Amino acid sequence: MSLLEVTDLKVSFNTSDGVVQAVRGMTFSIDRGKTLGIVGESGSGKSVSTQTLMGLTPGAKVSGQALFEGQDLLTMNPDQLRRIRGPQISMIFQDPLSSLHPLYKVGWQIVEMIRAHEPNVSKADARKRAVELLGMVGIPQPDRRVDDYPHQFSGGMRQRAMIAMALALNPKLIIADEPTTALDATVQAQILDLMLRLQREFDTALIMITHDLGVIADLADDVLVMYAGKPVEHTDRRSLYYGSHHPYSAGLLRSIPSGAGGRGGRLIPIAGQPPSLISPPPGCSFHPRCPYAMDTCRVNEPPLREVAAGHGSACWLPKEARGLGPEAEQLRENAVAEGRTEVGA
Amino acid sequence: MSDVSGDVLVKVEDAYKHFPIKQGIIFKHEVARVHAVDGVNLEVRRGETLGIVGESGCGKSTLARCITGLHPLTKGRILFEGKEIGSSPDKAFRRDVQMIFQDPYGSLNPRRRVGAIIGDPFDIHGIADGAERKRRVQELMELVGLNPEHYNRFPAEFSGGQRQRIGVARALALKPKLIVCDEPVSALDVSIQAQVINLLKDLQDELGLTYIFIAHDLSVVEYVSDRVAVMYLGKITENAESEELYAKPRHPYTNALLSAASVADPDEAAKRERIILTGDVPSPIKPPSACRFHPRCPKAQPICSTEEPELIVREGDDADHLTACHFPVQLGEHLARARAGIAQESTEPTLGVSE
Amino acid sequence: MSLTELAADAIPADEEPSGRKIQGRSPFRLAMARLMHDKMAVASVVVLVLIILFAIGAPLFASWTGHPYGAQYPDLARDSWGLPKGPSKDFWLGADPLGRDVLVRAAYGARISLFVGIAASILATVIGVTVGVLAGYIGGAVDAILARFMDVVLSFPYLLVAIVIATTFRPHSTWLSLLLTITVIAIFSFAAMARIVRGQVISLKEKEFIEAARSLGAGRVRIMFVDILPNLVAPVTVLASLLVPTSIVFEATLSFLGVGIQPPMPSWGSMLNDADYRSSLWLLFVPGGLLLLTTLAFNLLGDGIRDAFDPRSERLITRK
Repeated sequence: MSLLEVTDLKVSFNTSDGVVQAVRGMTFSIDRGKTLGIVGESGSGKSVSTQTLMGLTPGAKVSGQALFEGQDLLTMNPDQLRRIRGPQISMIFQDPLSSLHPLYKVGWQIVEMIRAHEPNVSKADARKRAVELLGMVGIPQPDRRVDDYPHQFSGGMRQRAMIAMALALNPKLIIADEPTTALDATVQAQILDLMLRLQREFDTALIMITHDLGVIADLADDVLVMYAGKPVEHTDRRSLYYGSHHPYSAGLLRSIPSGAGGRGGRLIPIAGQPPSLISPPPGCSFHPRCPYAMDTCRVNEPPLREVAAGHGSACWLPKEARGLGPEAEQLRENAVAEGRTEVGA
Repeated sequence: MSDVSGDVLVKVEDAYKHFPIKQGIIFKHEVARVHAVDGVNLEVRRGETLGIVGESGCGKSTLARCITGLHPLTKGRILFEGKEIGSSPDKAFRRDVQMIFQDPYGSLNPRRRVGAIIGDPFDIHGIADGAERKRRVQELMELVGLNPEHYNRFPAEFSGGQRQRIGVARALALKPKLIVCDEPVSALDVSIQAQVINLLKDLQDELGLTYIFIAHDLSVVEYVSDRVAVMYLGKITENAESEELYAKPRHPYTNALLSAASVADPDEAAKRERIILTGDVPSPIKPPSACRFHPRCPKAQPICSTEEPELIVREGDDADHLTACHFPVQLGEHLARARAGIAQESTEPTLGVSE
Repeated sequence: MSLTELAADAIPADEEPSGRKIQGRSPFRLAMARLMHDKMAVASVVVLVLIILFAIGAPLFASWTGHPYGAQYPDLARDSWGLPKGPSKDFWLGADPLGRDVLVRAAYGARISLFVGIAASILATVIGVTVGVLAGYIGGAVDAILARFMDVVLSFPYLLVAIVIATTFRPHSTWLSLLLTITVIAIFSFAAMARIVRGQVISLKEKEFIEAARSLGAGRVRIMFVDILPNLVAPVTVLASLLVPTSIVFEATLSFLGVGIQPPMPSWGSMLNDADYRSSLWLLFVPGGLLLLTTLAFNLLGDGIRDAFDPRSERLITRK
C-alpha cells in the first residue's frame, strides 16, 4: 500500500463570476522515501490540490478520496487533521515569513510545536531537540540562534528554520510548495541539497510542487505535469525529459532556454494563454493552444492512459509518439494529418 | 562581434550609488548607507544586448535605474552617446532611453486604460494626440501582438504576459535607441516567458535596438545576451562575451552561479558538479572588505580580504573578458573541492560537495 | 518549419481565454457592480434614501400634520402639568416641552444633521487629501512639518477644544453656528484622512508605474494628477463614506452640549438636549433612533464600499 493514495480529487470554489474548477480530477500515489514532483504553471491547480489534502482550503467543494495510510484525509474533521498535520504530514511554503510567527522566537515556535503534539516531552528536552534540528539544517551556532526572532534570520536561514520545523516531528510525508522560488540561485542550491540529504536520511516521502523543471530534474522520482486543474502527464523525470508524450510537457521543454529549445536555437513558446477555469474548453483543455489538435481533441476529453510502462499521458496522439526527436515528430504529424482529414472528408 | 569599441552607446564610468538610511523625527541624519552600486565600469555597444546577472541585492536594478536617469549617481558618471546624463536628463534622452519593468502588475497604472498608458509617451512629448495618437497606439499594439481593439480595456483585464507586452509597446512608442529591461520575464509563467523573449528578440532585429537585459536567471540571460556582466554586492565581478563566459567562467562566483542554475535535463543535472556556497549574500549596508565575495569563496586566501582585485583581463583570456579575482578559476579546475585558505564562518557544518 | 512552429505563429498570442468578453470596465465600475450585490449595502442605501426623502419632504410633513416649522402649541400639545404629550392622533411622534411637533422638528432636524455631516465630511476630505498628497508626494521638510501637524491635531482632546472654540466664537446667528460647527468638525476630522492619504501616496510613489512615467519624462504635476490621484479614489471614497456618520455624531454631540447648532434651529443633537428622559421617552427615541439608523446605514454602506474596492474580493474564494 502506498503512503498516500489520491483518487479523483476534485476541488471547486464558488465565486461571484461562477464556479472555479481549480482541480478537476487528480489521481496519484506516493510511497515512503520517494519524491513526487508536481509541475505546472500558475492556476494549474498544483498548490490547491495539496492544500486541500491538508484541509487548508476553506469554502472549497471537495470530492474524491485521499487515503493516507488507509485513512481518508478528505473526510476527517479539523481535529483529526490537526493531529495529522505535523507528526504525519508537514508542509513547507514558498514564503517562510508567512508560516513563522514574527513575534515569537524561532526556537520557541519549534518547542511549542513539539509539545503540542507530544505533551510528555519536557520543555528542556524539546529545546534540546530544537537546537539539534537547527544545527542539522545548517544554521550556524544553533544554540544561540535558537533564541533569535524570524526577522533576525536571512531568507535562506528562514527557509532552513521552516525545514527544521517540518522535520521536528519526524513526519512520513513532507509537502513542499515552491520552497526555493523566493530564494537566490546559490541559496536555492543549498536548500535543495539539504532537502535531498535529509529526505534520504529520514526516509521521508516528499511532494515537491514547482514551476521549475530544473528542480524536477534535480530531485523528483516521479513527475506529475498539471494543466488547467488536471494531470496531463505522469512519469519519471528521465522519460519526461527524453520521452515526453503530452504536447504541453513538450511545449514547456521547448520554451525554456535550459531545455530542448535553448542553446543557440530559437525558443518555441506555447501560443496563447491558459484557459479559464470557470468554463474550461470542451474536449482536451489544451486543444486551443495545441499545435497537434485533431478533431477528436475538440470534443472528447482524453483520459490519462498508459503510453509506456509507468508512463501516463492524457493525449490522443499515438502512444509511440514520445520525445522531441524527428521520428516522434513524424508520427505526430501523420496522426494529425489523419485526424484532421477524417472529418474534413 | 568585433572588439572595436568604436560605437559605444552607453559608458558607465566609476559609478557609485549609495542610499542613505536616515533617522530622526524632524531633522533626519544619516545613520548608514546601502552600497547599491559601488564602483561600476561598463560599456554597452550599439545594437548589442548586454546581460547583467546577479542575485537579489547585488545592485543590478539600481544600476539599471541609474542608466535610465531615474536615480542620480552618488559619484562617477554615465555617458549616453558621449553626453553625460545629469541629475535631470533632457527630453531627448527620455525619448532615446526606455525601460521595461519586472512586475507586469505594478508597472501599469491600474486605473488607466491601456490606450492611455501606451499613448502616454506621445502625450508627454507632445508628439501626437487625438485620432493620430490612437492610430499610433494601435499600431504599437499590433506590433507587440496585442489585439488593437482592446485599446479601451484596463490592465486588470489582461494576463501577465499580455501586460508585459503592453509595457513593451509603451517602451517602443518613442522609437528609442536603448531599452533597459529589468527582469522582464521573471514574473511570468514559463510558457509565456518564451513568448516575451522571442518578441524582444524580433523587435531588436527589426528596429535595431540596444538592450540592457537584467535577470537573475542565467539561462535566460545566456539565451538573449551578446555580452554578460556578473554583479555581486554592487560590483562587477566578471564581464565577457556570452559564449565565452558560459564556456570559460573565471570568477569563482560566476562558477558557483552557473553550477546552481536550473538544468532541465536530469542526466546533465546529475552529472554537473555543484558548488554549494556557504551562507547568504551579505548585506549591502556593510559589505565585506576588499573582494566582496571572500567570505563565501571556496578559493579565498588572506589577500582577498585585504586587497581588492581589479576588473581586468586575466592571463589567457580574450581582450574582452574581464575578471575581478586574484585567483581566477582555470578550466578543468574542481572548484567544488576547493578549500578556502582563510577562516570563513560556515553555515554548512554538515554539508560540503554534492556531485 | 515544423508543425509546432507553424502553430505558434498562427495563433495570435493574445487570443481570448474563453469566457472573458468584458469590454473595458473600469475598476470603479467593477466595484460599484460588486456593491450592488452586497445585500447589506443595498439595504443601507435604501434606508439612507428614505432618510434623505424624509429630510427633503420636511415641509410636506408640516402641511400634512398642519403644524408648520417652528410653530408652538403650548396648550394643545401639553397636558395640564405643562408636560409635553406623547404620540397621538394630532402629534404622531409626540410633542416637545415647548409644544412643538416632534415629527416636524425631526424632519427639519434631519436636514441640518445630514447637511452638517455631509458638508463637514466633504470639507475634511478636501483638506485631508490636499494635505496628505502634499506631504506624501513632496516629502522632505514639507512632509515632516505636515506630518507633525497631523499628529498634533490627532492628539488634541478634540471635544474639549471644540467646545472652547465654539464658545469663544459664540456666533450671533444660527447660520453662523452652522458654519462654525461644520468647520470645527472638519478641522478635527481631516487629520485621520490626511494621514492615510499620505501613507497611500508614499506607497504609490514607489510603484513601478510611477517610475515608468518618470522614465518617460513626465513632470511632477502630471504624475500627481494622472497617476496618483486616480489611485486614491478607492481609499478616499471609503474613508469619506465612513467620515459622514462620525461627523453626524460629532455634530449631535456638540449640539447636545449646547455648543453646536443654536436654537431654534433643530438638529437631532439639540433635540436630544431638549429631551426630558424621565417622562417623555419619545423625545429620546425619535432623534436617537434616527441618529442610530443613519450612522448605522452609513457605516454599513462604508463597509460595503470598502469590500467592493478591496482587491482581495477579486480573489477566487468568496467571502463567507
